[in-house]
Amino acid sequence: MEVFVQQLINGITLGSIYGLIAIGYTMVFGIIGMVNFAHGDVFMMSAFIALVTLLILTTWIGISSVTLALFIVLVVAMVLTSVVNWTIERFAYRPLRGSFRLAPLISAIGMSIFLANFVQVAQGPRVKSIPPLVSGEFVLFGGDTYPVTLSHKQLIVWVVTAVLLAAFWYVVSKTSLGRAQRACEQDQKMAALLGINVDRTVAITFILGASLAAVAGTLYLMFYGVVHFSDGFTPGVKAFTAAVLGGIGSLPGAVIGGLLIGLIETFWSAYFTTDYKDVAAFSILAITLIFLPQGILGRPDVEKV
Amino acid sequence: MSGAAQARSLNFAAACKDAGAAAVIGFALFLPLVGFNTVPNLNNELVLQTRFGTLGTFVAIITAAAFLRTLVVAPWLARRARLPARAPGKIPHWLSRRFAPFALGFVLIYPAIVLTLTGPSGALKWIDNFGIQILIYVMLGFGLNIVVGLAGLLDLGYVAFYAVGAYSYALLAKTLGLSFYMLLPLAGILAAFWGILLGFPVLRLRGDYLAIVTLAFGEIIRLVLINWIPVTNGYAGISGVPRPTFFGIPFNANDDGFAAVFGLPFSPIYRTIFLYYLILALALFTAFVTLRLRRLPVGRAWEALREDEIACRALGINTTSTKLTAFATGACFAGFAGSFFAARQGFISPDSFTFMESATIVAIVVLGGMGSQIGVAVAAVAMVGGTEILRELDFLKEIFGKDFDPVQYRMLLFGFAMVAIMIWKPRGLVSTRDPSVFLKERKTISRDLVKEGHG
Repeated sequence: MEVFVQQLINGITLGSIYGLIAIGYTMVFGIIGMVNFAHGDVFMMSAFIALVTLLILTTWIGISSVTLALFIVLVVAMVLTSVVNWTIERFAYRPLRGSFRLAPLISAIGMSIFLANFVQVAQGPRVKSIPPLVSGEFVLFGGDTYPVTLSHKQLIVWVVTAVLLAAFWYVVSKTSLGRAQRACEQDQKMAALLGINVDRTVAITFILGASLAAVAGTLYLMFYGVVHFSDGFTPGVKAFTAAVLGGIGSLPGAVIGGLLIGLIETFWSAYFTTDYKDVAAFSILAITLIFLPQGILGRPDVEKV
Repeated sequence: MSGAAQARSLNFAAACKDAGAAAVIGFALFLPLVGFNTVPNLNNELVLQTRFGTLGTFVAIITAAAFLRTLVVAPWLARRARLPARAPGKIPHWLSRRFAPFALGFVLIYPAIVLTLTGPSGALKWIDNFGIQILIYVMLGFGLNIVVGLAGLLDLGYVAFYAVGAYSYALLAKTLGLSFYMLLPLAGILAAFWGILLGFPVLRLRGDYLAIVTLAFGEIIRLVLINWIPVTNGYAGISGVPRPTFFGIPFNANDDGFAAVFGLPFSPIYRTIFLYYLILALALFTAFVTLRLRRLPVGRAWEALREDEIACRALGINTTSTKLTAFATGACFAGFAGSFFAARQGFISPDSFTFMESATIVAIVVLGGMGSQIGVAVAAVAMVGGTEILRELDFLKEIFGKDFDPVQYRMLLFGFAMVAIMIWKPRGLVSTRDPSVFLKERKTISRDLVKEGHG
């Protein structure tokens, strides 16, 4: 029981990070129907941006309040990662709209390789680690034998994720921007005829996806304290799995999928073996795509001739 | 002010504006990761170093590029678009007709050329790093070409079959002691079997989904190779894999070795040359089989599948078996290449079968022009040879300073090339392969301009 609750807490934490990345995949797929393969690397890059910002704040400016530092890091990472993703969309994907079907995917794979190696060249191939920012934990129950704890770090991940998801949900469902986005998702040509700037809407979709990935990147850095240039690939594929599992194109689905993947991974590691935890995630991807391609909350894909 | 001068000044204002925007965006892009470097100090804590000079150079280049683009390139493109469309530049007839035999002749005498130019000790590197390395990728490219180029199924996990071939050869040769020539076909068959096994569940998927699932399968196989330590020895890999012999005569310094039997002084160059011709033969075999398959009904079905899956089904083609044969045939050649790889290296580990390898092979096929054999070969030479050449460019160290390591930029350039070529020539750099049979009536617009059929 104690182990179960503890793993539940750990799983939700991991799942929050996956969910935040998964939204970027699912939104882009929803609106232009491409798998943005480079999104995992955008996430990795945002963690690096957060790392540099954090070091500037702590070692140069000397901010001692961790809350303030984290808040500034979060904002800076969101803004700068958005610029990165906007540039990627503008130069690597936009010219390919209307090209043959696999062209954007191949371009995205190239972009993914480019980003990972750019970070490697710019920041060096070694793992970057920072001292823990937040320590301390709440003991929930379980006494001395197996105390079930919720660390402050985990609480921060939960709260930040919840607040930003709420803000994001508001933008997508209540503002004219969100309406434009949903319109473009349904029919780009018609939306354009009705005076919606499709290019701009797609660009904003990439910006929104990037800022959520930056939140995930900052939380990842804060939670694990390490980041490496190759950290984009595996979380990227897992977040894509989450998006597919939840039903690609569905925003609540992405969050649910992320939580499920996080939970499955932690429980797998706790009860079976950590060796094969990535195999579990990849198998879920394959199994979902083969047997339930529309996901949990997605609409079935109607084949049109 | 005349009209032309007015337009020019307008252009100039627009160019200044674009340059300003590019400067701001470039600054934001490169400030955190180029402007600052994080390095560990003596206490192993990360500290910041600034590189504002490099940052300034980056931003200046971007600003200048944006300025010139608006002022010079965009008006030039607009002028060119107004001119009557010319026929696309054709490669001279004699070149396209003579290229293949000429290239074939060159690769056949390549070891001899290198030997005369550099002597036996220098030739080892040129034949091994360039010749054999490139030919392995040519062969893998030809194999994947069947799946991606002919059947139009984007397979991002192709390296899995390469790994199956390599591990099959290594394990069977070490435990059963069978020879390379017996295990080569066996490795191909095993890889083809895995191709069918992994192909079955993904048959219903199309396009992007298919690509991602094959990627997942590729990663699963690699992770199993890492974790199934009793069989595969995990990260440590398998060493001491038996090397191929000259039809029974081993390449060693013993009395029954190749050199002694033929009365030559012992040198490692014989094995390298032999391996070179072996992989050349394998690659040519792959090309030949592909050429013949394209003329068979199944080859025609692959091409039809690539063009339009729904029309294919409507015409009564069994898409299941068509896709499976494509997967199996492609996997089979990857298996051959894998067993050759294991035999050449003498050592294999999961590190050789990462996603990056799959991406490299996909890039070769895509950049060469899907379906085109010559295109794939040229792309493999350019991509693999080009990145190998980077290792040789020591003079760059004198320009950029001692710390400059061109090899680091290998994959960076590689990724950039993939993006650039997709934008510039999405149907491939070298040539495109039209279906072998088609209706004689040409469509009014080119196939390149319309969306491809699903799949």
